[in-house]
Amino acid sequence: MDLDPVTLSRAQFALTVMFHYLFPPLSIGLGAILVLLEGTYLKTRDRRYEAAARFFTKLFAVNFAVGVATGIVMEFQFGTNWSTYSRFVGDVFGSALAAEGIFAFFLESGFLAVLVFGWDRVGPKMHFFSTLMVFLGSTFSAVWIVIANSWQQTPAGFHLVGEGAAMRAEITDFWAMIFNPSSMHRLNHVILGSLVQGAFFVMSIAAFYLLKKRHEDFAKRSFTVALVMGAVASVAILISGHAQANAVAVNQPAKLAAFEGHFETGEGGAPLYLFGWPDAEAQEVKAGVAIPGGLSFLIHGDFDTPVDGLDTIPDDEEPPVAVPFVTYHLMVALGMFFIGVTLLGLFLRWRGTLWEKRWLLKVFVVAVIAPYVANQTGWVAAEVGRQPWVVYGLLRTEDAVSPSVPGEHILTSIVLFSLIYLALGALWLVVMNHKIQHGPEDPDDLPPDGGDGESQLEVAADVRDRASHHRLAEGDEPEGAGA
Amino acid sequence: MDLEIFWFGLLGILAAGYAVLDGFDLGVGILHPLVKDDTERRIVINSIGPLWDGNEVWLVTFGGALFAAFPEAYATFFSAFYLPVMILLFGLIGRAVSIEFRSKQKSRFWRSYWDHSFAFSSLMVVFLFGVAAGNAIEGIPLGADHEFAGGLFDLVRPYPLAVGAFAVVTSAMHGALYLHLKTEDALQARVASWRWPLFGAFLVGLVGITVATLVRNPEALRNFERYPAAWAVVLLTTLAVANIPRGIAKAKPGQAFLSSGGTIIGLVFNFGMALYPNLVVSSLDPAYSLTIRNASSSQATLALMRNIAFLGLPFVLTYTAIVYWVFRGKTKLDDHSY
Repeated sequence: MDLDPVTLSRAQFALTVMFHYLFPPLSIGLGAILVLLEGTYLKTRDRRYEAAARFFTKLFAVNFAVGVATGIVMEFQFGTNWSTYSRFVGDVFGSALAAEGIFAFFLESGFLAVLVFGWDRVGPKMHFFSTLMVFLGSTFSAVWIVIANSWQQTPAGFHLVGEGAAMRAEITDFWAMIFNPSSMHRLNHVILGSLVQGAFFVMSIAAFYLLKKRHEDFAKRSFTVALVMGAVASVAILISGHAQANAVAVNQPAKLAAFEGHFETGEGGAPLYLFGWPDAEAQEVKAGVAIPGGLSFLIHGDFDTPVDGLDTIPDDEEPPVAVPFVTYHLMVALGMFFIGVTLLGLFLRWRGTLWEKRWLLKVFVVAVIAPYVANQTGWVAAEVGRQPWVVYGLLRTEDAVSPSVPGEHILTSIVLFSLIYLALGALWLVVMNHKIQHGPEDPDDLPPDGGDGESQLEVAADVRDRASHHRLAEGDEPEGAGA
Repeated sequence: MDLEIFWFGLLGILAAGYAVLDGFDLGVGILHPLVKDDTERRIVINSIGPLWDGNEVWLVTFGGALFAAFPEAYATFFSAFYLPVMILLFGLIGRAVSIEFRSKQKSRFWRSYWDHSFAFSSLMVVFLFGVAAGNAIEGIPLGADHEFAGGLFDLVRPYPLAVGAFAVVTSAMHGALYLHLKTEDALQARVASWRWPLFGAFLVGLVGITVATLVRNPEALRNFERYPAAWAVVLLTTLAVANIPRGIAKAKPGQAFLSSGGTIIGLVFNFGMALYPNLVVSSLDPAYSLTIRNASSSQATLALMRNIAFLGLPFVLTYTAIVYWVFRGKTKLDDHSY
């Protein structure tokens, strides 16, 4: 059997990064929900919000742990499987990873301890601060890793030294490297995708309780907070996606052509396929429905200007089309679904009839799968669409692997990763389900506010704050309080 | 400032921080099976519960810093140790999820499974770090292209294996001294009784590894000849080692734990002295070795990363101090415990 190290290393990277990426978006999105819930609690002193935050913290902790465990693999896999790549990009990519460690991981892991275990050890303000820091830490982590990946898509702020196998990129302009042409677009998109993930996760659980008529007060409050966040993020992500696609058209035209199955530049406007199947042999999209000139309109603002197709790209630099086309279209379709279902939910919530629409609640229970699929397919489109390059225009994926690692070793690790990740995924589901079935605690059963004896001062301060907040709250209805 | 030397030193600090901090929680994991009762096992796990994750970040940051400052060494080292690194990663995954999942079901089988997984993965992780350190001192077959030119069995040799075993004993002793601080009553009495045998094993290992290093790799001393001031650290390390039994005997458990932490820092320092200025030694030809000169990133990047490190480290130390302060004192179980 011929074991090709390039194919195997790509398969292993896809497996480990896709499995890992099931968890961080939820950590960021659910982290945002925790900040909102605890913030509302601090403002209103309504302990039902505290109970909700405590409940979601337990789910957050399980998710975070699996995210950390699978994330550490990524830190070392560049060196194990992609040593040529690591030599080439170390100056740039390594710097971003190191910054992620110093600025993000210490922040989130430190305060995670207080968030998860500190409920009865620190006062509510310190706890809220810790939650905020964990959310910030996980967001910073996204910032650095997206910057590093974006540099691979649109390299900037560097020069090349050395030749042949010894060639490598060195930073010449740090800020140009950080703000490379795609980093901010992609960062927005990743963060918003995470917020959608967190919102749909909470709405799924809340809808499940509402259908079962359990914890209804808790469910309505949590659902409302998540619905508002989900609707805002869903609309914003459409705008962010559009801006990003326009940037891809300029920076990586081959990738955009692959996304859209745009084989021939042709005369006049390029069509926008709503769906279809790209046939690379025949160089056309089969069984598709398209808006004539639609792609030209999105990119150029009119229906008649041609858009560069794959025929403008040298054959040995063309990305595959089928995978980017399908994953990209699936992601866009799911994005439309997020907007539709959250706006409908908001409208019914405003009308006051949302809780009676059992069919819609059922949709929300299963809809949590959709952002998982959208986050995964978006990344697949982005990464496969970059091929055959690992660093766009500079280093080919096939040249980037570790020359000293035999295929048999990689196959061994793939098999082991598959087994371990299968078990981890199953356990994650079992444990999450167990916690969700158990449900939140009754707010009346919570331990008394204010942590242990050392935070007496803080308790006193809280009492004063509570009094002033009561006055504030009379005029100013806090978010979700009417649920 | 000589930036390559600065980064060699900073990596040493990150490695020492990792060894001292994750050293005790991995050691607690190694000792975990010695405790039988479920409540006591929970206390053992919760003694490190809020801390292990932050401790592991030292390793992650070490990896990122090595990648950024010495990409050649990062690429060579991790691809050379492909399968051991994979097993190490499985160990780190196994430990993280064992801690997280164990408490989530009450069944005896479930808990016993995760207890074993926790202990075994902790032991594996420490052992592999020791083996890696031993191989770094002895050198591995590196070709002129800085790529590993050997096989798996070039890494499995007596000296690295012995260093692996020594790492396990050291970590277990460090973990026992920590656990003694966090436990009470009957459990604490049992933990107390482990400390002498563990210290004895550590002392035997320390003498054995020191002799083996001097016999097999006398090169390890060359930097001490060049920089005699480094003997002061050896002296301090010896004093720290001697203070461990003093702390145990005089019922000053805090001092014993700090001394074992100081010992570990001293050992990491000696390791760095034995290595410098190499990062990965080639056993084929010293000219093929990766050094801080031929493996580093550009001067501009090293300077930039130094500034990032100076900017970030005060924050890191502040978070670490806050978390250790919040979770100080004896470990108590509550609703949020594992």
